[in-house]
Amino acid sequence: MDPKKETLKQLFQQEFSKMVAVISRLFGLEHIELAEDIVSETFLLALKTWEIKGMPTNPTAWLYSVAKNKTVDHFRRTKVFDKKIVKELTLQYKNEAEIEEFEFSRENIRDSQLQMLFAICTPAIASEAQIGLALQILCGFSIEEIAEAFLSNKETVTKRLFRAKSKLRTENVKMEMPPEEEIDARLDNVLHILYLLFSEGYYSKTENQILRKDLCLDAVRLGILLTEYERTNRPKTNALLALMCFHASRFSARETNPDSFTLYEQQSKELWDKELIGMGSYFLEMSAQGDQVSSYHLEARIAGWHCMKEDSQEKWENILYLYNQLLLVNYSPSVALNRTFALYKANGRQEAFVAAEKLNLSNNHFYFLLLGELYQQFDNDRAISNFKKAIALARTQTEKEVIQARIDSLG
Amino acid sequence: MKDFVLLFRQPDTDNSHVTDAEIQGWLKKWDDWFGGVAAQGRLVNMGMRLADEGNVLKAGGLITDGPFVEIRERLNGFIVVRADSLEEATTLAHGCPILEIQGTVEIGPHVTMNFRTNPILNESRFSF
Repeated sequence: MDPKKETLKQLFQQEFSKMVAVISRLFGLEHIELAEDIVSETFLLALKTWEIKGMPTNPTAWLYSVAKNKTVDHFRRTKVFDKKIVKELTLQYKNEAEIEEFEFSRENIRDSQLQMLFAICTPAIASEAQIGLALQILCGFSIEEIAEAFLSNKETVTKRLFRAKSKLRTENVKMEMPPEEEIDARLDNVLHILYLLFSEGYYSKTENQILRKDLCLDAVRLGILLTEYERTNRPKTNALLALMCFHASRFSARETNPDSFTLYEQQSKELWDKELIGMGSYFLEMSAQGDQVSSYHLEARIAGWHCMKEDSQEKWENILYLYNQLLLVNYSPSVALNRTFALYKANGRQEAFVAAEKLNLSNNHFYFLLLGELYQQFDNDRAISNFKKAIALARTQTEKEVIQARIDSLG
Repeated sequence: MKDFVLLFRQPDTDNSHVTDAEIQGWLKKWDDWFGGVAAQGRLVNMGMRLADEGNVLKAGGLITDGPFVEIRERLNGFIVVRADSLEEATTLAHGCPILEIQGTVEIGPHVTMNFRTNPILNESRFSF
């Protein structure tokens, strides 16, 4: 791609969501589409102008100043229109007095994005629509990219986003921080959406690795935004960040091959991102305050242990303990399966066989993957027959191929 | 699916000589066993655990404190599980660490008590 367009795309990803948040805060969330139009026009103008005149020395400042002018112009125009022409059809904007002199300052951007995050994560909208909205409005993803991440098509995504935005209007969702007494409960919802956003990136079925990594890092970025504000910088916020950083640290090691993914055991430790592991450790430390242990705390500690490549009895006993605790908070088949694998590593094959038999998950391909793993080196024929059952139940071609490779290695 | 209470009883022994390592090992067994029940998606409620020391109140206001030599067995704690039948709930109790120290697991369906409104209390409400 043309380097100028490449820079513009990067700028778009970085700045679009910030500018939309700030303008939406001025006009009120019900006019979010107007904010998006203004910012899109700004980028369009940038594309045309920079092609002729070249890129300005400070492109971000250029974008901010053009967007500001467009915002103020629009405001003045509609005001005149409203006053002189249709008095009844008055468009009311939220902060009329502020519109003439707002700035895209660091604080304003931060506060606006935080408010936008809370607005989008309102309990009034279904979580799938929230993820879509978050991707578009907070992460600057295009409709095409969202469709790709969800393995959906443009039309479906457009419709879904349209419905979600109408819902913001009909539910009268405001861009403001929830009142003090509600903030903790609302924060739970925000953290859950960030968790889903991250998982969407980490486990997404799309093969576009750059897109998926961007998604994960955006979830981390939004999490960091929450730590910059005293009332949302809670132990559970830090725990979620630790969890995301630890997982993201293995991203490159996991994605060595474009058609497949590298399993944990085969990953090269050198490819683990030490900076992200360091960030994870820092946030884990910050999360160890107060007496509330969230599932994010437990998952973060598990992910932290997995960042130590060396196997030891201590490591697996700790992981088993944490999975046991996690199951007490929150049962899910995948936690039950991971717990049984930890049981095998910590307490031995025999106990794991007994536990696996009781799981009652024979419609889940990970269950047979686990059984195959337990039989491996012990009874290879039964390992292979279980891996074959796993292939039959696996949903994606990539997964089927990864399991087939394991059978071949035993053959 | 119904809820069942699993009640753990254990012989009342003097545990003062038990080492830290033994306590850790004992706690790990419980963690693993709870985890095993939870991994089957059957754990409804972690219930409660009772400490070694405590009192027993008997008719006539007689109070004895532990160790309760005369009752020989004391309550250790309980959990609530979900199962299709009493048989299935009983199967879940297998492997419980309490059995290793000659304790017992008592299994019974959980019933909801409907407290009847007391007519006298209702009448006297305004006389306070």
